[in-house]
Parts: sequence; structure tokens; C-alpha cells
Amino acid sequence: MEFVIAPPRRWLSVDWRELWRYRDLFLVLAWRDVAVRYKQTALGIAWAVFQPFVTMIVFTLIFNRMANITSGDGTPYPIFLYLGLLFWQYYSGTLTNASNSMISNASLIQKVYFPRLIVPATAATTGLIDLAISAIILVGMMIYYGVMPQWVGVLILPALLGCAVLSALGMGLLMASLNIKYQDVRFALPFFIQSILYVTPVIYPVKMLDNHPVVKNLMLWLNPISGVITNARAGLLGQGTVDFGVLGISLLMSMVYFACGLYYFRSTERYFADIV
Amino acid sequence: MSRPIIEVSGISKCYRIGAAREPYLSLRDELARKARRASSALFRIVSKEPNPRPGGQTDFWALNDVSFSVREGEALGIIGRNGAGKSTMLKILSQITPPTKGRITMRGRVASLLEVGTGFHPELTGRENVFLNGAVLGMTRAEIRRKFDEIVAFAEVEKFLDTPVKRYSSGMYVRLAFAVAAHLEPEILLVDEVLAVGDAAFQKKCLGKMGNVAKEGRTILFVSHNMGAVKRLCQRAIWLDRGELKKSGDSDSICEAYLFSGQNMKSGRHLFHDKKKHLVEYIKAETVNPKGETTGIFRADEPIRFRIAYRVNRNIGGVTLVLNICTSDTASLWAVSDIDVFADLIARREAGEWSYECVAPGNVLKPGRYLAALGAGNLNGEFYHHPDLFPFEVTTEGYWRESHKYFGVGGGGPVAVPMRVERPVPIGRNDDRIAGRDLP
Repeated sequence: MEFVIAPPRRWLSVDWRELWRYRDLFLVLAWRDVAVRYKQTALGIAWAVFQPFVTMIVFTLIFNRMANITSGDGTPYPIFLYLGLLFWQYYSGTLTNASNSMISNASLIQKVYFPRLIVPATAATTGLIDLAISAIILVGMMIYYGVMPQWVGVLILPALLGCAVLSALGMGLLMASLNIKYQDVRFALPFFIQSILYVTPVIYPVKMLDNHPVVKNLMLWLNPISGVITNARAGLLGQGTVDFGVLGISLLMSMVYFACGLYYFRSTERYFADIV
Repeated sequence: MSRPIIEVSGISKCYRIGAAREPYLSLRDELARKARRASSALFRIVSKEPNPRPGGQTDFWALNDVSFSVREGEALGIIGRNGAGKSTMLKILSQITPPTKGRITMRGRVASLLEVGTGFHPELTGRENVFLNGAVLGMTRAEIRRKFDEIVAFAEVEKFLDTPVKRYSSGMYVRLAFAVAAHLEPEILLVDEVLAVGDAAFQKKCLGKMGNVAKEGRTILFVSHNMGAVKRLCQRAIWLDRGELKKSGDSDSICEAYLFSGQNMKSGRHLFHDKKKHLVEYIKAETVNPKGETTGIFRADEPIRFRIAYRVNRNIGGVTLVLNICTSDTASLWAVSDIDVFADLIARREAGEWSYECVAPGNVLKPGRYLAALGAGNLNGEFYHHPDLFPFEVTTEGYWRESHKYFGVGGGGPVAVPMRVERPVPIGRNDDRIAGRDLP
């Protein structure tokens, strides 16, 4: 095995073979994050369920009972909301964790070489585990409300998850690189995430914007999670039809976000150890 | 002969002080800087001035055009003062940071050990941390599973495997961490100063393990302040000084050249810089001649006064401070503890800065170069050697053994304790078994 260490060139492609060689480290770091997160808690892994569940109850009381927002197609509001929240929490959690991942793993980055990409990718993976656990409640609610998913919905599920992972990780990579250089990110990010919640159809259906086509299209184009949530509701909750046009847009935009994030991350990562 | 396993050619590393060294910029500052730069660029076009360096930044070359190569199976020591670029070199070799200029070719699987216990998580158990740390250092899960028992046995922590490491004593923690690292099987191993932790017995065990690694034909690059360790482990060494390669060659002569290098030698004053906090820290050591001058050079018949300043960080008991006089190849000649004479110090030492002196009598050390080493021990028999040795020299001036004029100072053992010698007297007339030479 021979390799050369030299000053970095501007354009760097991702060495997928090297990433594959480091898969064990990736798995171990992902396992560490999950193991450590719930280690000292009394509820343990139940926290993954507890958070979206309580949020669902609170939001249902406020937005459905008090503000009279409904799903718009006859789907019970709690399940409509909970499905949206699952994807939203995955997106916001991954974005937050990925952004902070380079800082919280600074001691590793300064002492050992490995493809830096592993660190934010770990954040995107552990989020999936939380998502899977909190999805148990969703299944319970589907049985309770007697909601049957369409087969199309189950089939497009991998594509929906793929969109969520790519868009969250893409934005996360960008934020992680910026976070190393600028402390501002740490303050701006929670505010930023909170703001996107309101421009994502989590607590309201996208149909509410039918009278504002420009806003609706901007939301579906710029924010892939909007399309993901809309199609997940159509496919999994039995009402409405899956919009493959919107699915295509979401996929395309997630890839664009991912490519941008990846490019920026790759072009700055070699100097992380000097700055962190 | 095969090609070298590591070829380093013309490596330079520049840090931009003011930007890269200031860890956190705020976005506002950066935007302001960009705007300033843009406006000055505009101004430049108008006035045709040369391109200035962006505001307030200076370049610091941590490494400057360093080249060397290492053959397979060789152990190379890298020595030099703090800030000489040793650690930067190792970071570049480990791919943690890229070089600014130059090129390195590596022909083998590399593992770097820049710290003991990288990635250890306090909440996880010993068992879990072995897997975590192993993966961080580049082992596969299968590899760790295979060596697990061996690692645990080496660390001697069998009973605490399922205890979170935050409840480990610092000794146990270091043992477990080193045990994982010691079981790496790379073709090239990069090691930075990791032996500065742990007690003497464990350090010895680690050095032994690394020696075995070297004997198995693997290549080691070893950065250390500990000249004894470098000499024992490495055949060759390079000496870095202010980012440049000062000298390279066999480790004995390089270590000696480094230890006795010019200013180090004549001043007779040595300041210690400890990166880590210890209970007792050495601040300064001086060698003083009978005239009261601080110097590193002594007549053979002069007593040598060692003046040692240290800091005790809190009131403690059970600690002894040791001064060790060593030969130039770091073999100990003799040592003295302050508690040897002042036994009350064993009970209690008060916090604060202290100075103590000990005097080595004249007419004992032969002319030559010596090293003094400082250390501290506790009642559990744990002993810590400060890695910085400070040198001094004894000249032939005033040396009581006239014979050195004919035979040199080399023979006759490590010291020259004066013995009373009486003039020969005749025993019998015809006793001429020893044929002497007529002196003029």
C-alpha cells in the first residue's frame, strides 16, 4: 500500500473506497453516540418516543383544538401531525447534531486521521434509529385510528427516507464546516431551525397554501422535507395521492443540497485540525 | 536494497498567525476583513501598489524544508526542543493536517499514536472503550475481538471491565489505553511522547512492547523528550530545531549532540516547561561553581552546587524529590533524595515555591560531560522522571589523576573517587619483577 501526502488541491473528489475501508469506525462511532445518549437516563431509549409523543399532544391541543387547523382531508389530526413530526424531528435533529459533530469530536480530529465525513454521517445515522423507534408509536396510532397505508406509500418510503437523509446531511455538512470557523453558527442555528419549522408543512397541510401558489411552490422546491412530509402523508395515511412530480423535485433538491454541502465540507475539511 | 518505507522531501508547514491560530472568528469580523480586502484591491488597481499581506497576519513556518527517509524495520527518533516542529511533523505524517509544501511517500499501513486513549468516552465501560479506541486507531472489529483478551491482560484491568472508565484511577485508565495501542499491528507506527504518562514500571513495560514491535520488523517514528528512551528504541534520530532539520545520524550521537548543544551547555541554567499540571513541578535548575557563578563548566576539583526551584501546588505528604547524576549516555551514577537528609519532609510539604540546593563534592566526577536528571517519587514506589535532562561539563583542569595526561580520562570506571596513594618504598634489593621506565 503506497500513498502520497502533499498539499491539497482545490478540487477534491470523495474517496468512496477509503470511506468503505473505514466502515468499522463509522459503525462504532454511531453505536457510541446511541449508547452514550441514553446511558445516564432513567427512561433510557424511551426518550426517543417520549419527545415526539409529548410534542404531538401539545401541538394538537394548541393548533388543532385552539387554532382550528385540521389535516384538511379527514385524516385525524394527531396522526397527521405525528407523521410530520417524525420527519421534522429527524431533519432538525440531524441538522443540529451534524453541525456540532465536528466540534464535539475535536479531540478525535486533532489526534487521528480518518475520513472526516464519517463524523457528520454518524449524526445522520443515529437519527434514523430514533426515527425507527418513534415510528412504533405511529404504527400503534394507525391501528387505533384504523388508517391503512397505500402500497405506493410503502414502496416510496425508501425514497422519502433517502430525501430526508440527503437534505439533512447536506445542510449539516455545510453548517459543520461553517461552525468550525464561525462561532455565530452556534447561535444562529437553533433560531434558523425553529424558523424552518413554520415554512414546513408539519403542523398544517400544504393544501392551506393552495391560494398562494408562489409560496407553495417555493416551499416544495427549496425545502425538500416539505415534499417528503406531504407525500408520506398521502402514501401512508391513505388520503390523497402520491405526487411523483413533487417526489422528483424533493429528490433532486436533496441531491443538490447534499452535493453543495459535500463540496464545501471537502474543500475545508483538511484544515479542520488546524482550526478546531 | 529496497526503497525507503517513508520518504519525506521538502516538507514545510506554514501557520498564518492571526487567522488560523485564532480559533474562533466571528462572521462579522470575517465579512469586515473581506470588505477591507476588496476595497484595498480596488485601491490597488488605481494606485498600482503591490499586493499587501492581508491585515495583521504573519506567517509562522513550523517546519521549513525538512527531508529525510526511513527504511523498513527502522526505528527513527525525532528530538528537539518544545516548538521545534516535532509534533507538527508527526501530524503531517499522520495526515491530520496537510503540509504547505513538499511531498511524503508512505509505503505501508500507518497507525499513529499521538495521545493515549484518543476517543475514550468516560461513560462507557472498559470493554466498550477497548472497541471504541481500537476502531479509532484503525483496527477492525474482528481484529479487536481476536486480541481482546490479550489487551485486557496487558492492561491488568480484568476486574473492572464492566465499570465505566470515569471511575477508573488514572493509572488504570492509562494502562488500558496504552494496551489497546500496543496491540496495533501497522507496518508504520508513529508515536508522540505517549510515554510521558504513567508510572515508571508501566513506562518500562510499554517501551519493552515497542521494542518488540521494532524487532518484528515494523517501522517506528518516535517523538520524545526522553533521550534514554530514544536511544534504547531507535537506531537513528533526527534533530529538529526551529522547524529545520539540524542534524541526523545514529541516535547516540544525535542525542548527545542535542543534550550538549552550545547554549544549553555553557549557561548552567535550565528552565522547565510542563504542559501538564503535576502536584510538584520543577521550575528551574542551575549549576553553580564555588565563586557563586552560574555556569555549566567546572574544574575537576570544584564542588558543583545544584540549585533547584520547584513549585508544590497543594500541601502534600509522602513525596520525595530526587536528583540523579548521570553519564552522558544517561546511565545513572548516583542519586540523592531530599528526604535522605531531611526525613521530616516525607510527612508534609507545604504549597508554594521552594528552592533547594545540593552539592556534589569535587574530585569525584572524571573530566567529561554529565547530565543531571530530576524526579519525584511517592511511597507507593511510583516514580516520575522529568524528561528534560540538563547537562554540565567537568574539565581536566585540576584533575587529581596525573595519569590522564598519558592515558586519557577514559579508563578506570565511571567515577574517580580520590584514594590516598603512598609513595612506593623498596622491599628487597633484587626485586625487579616490574620493569619500570626511567623518568627524566
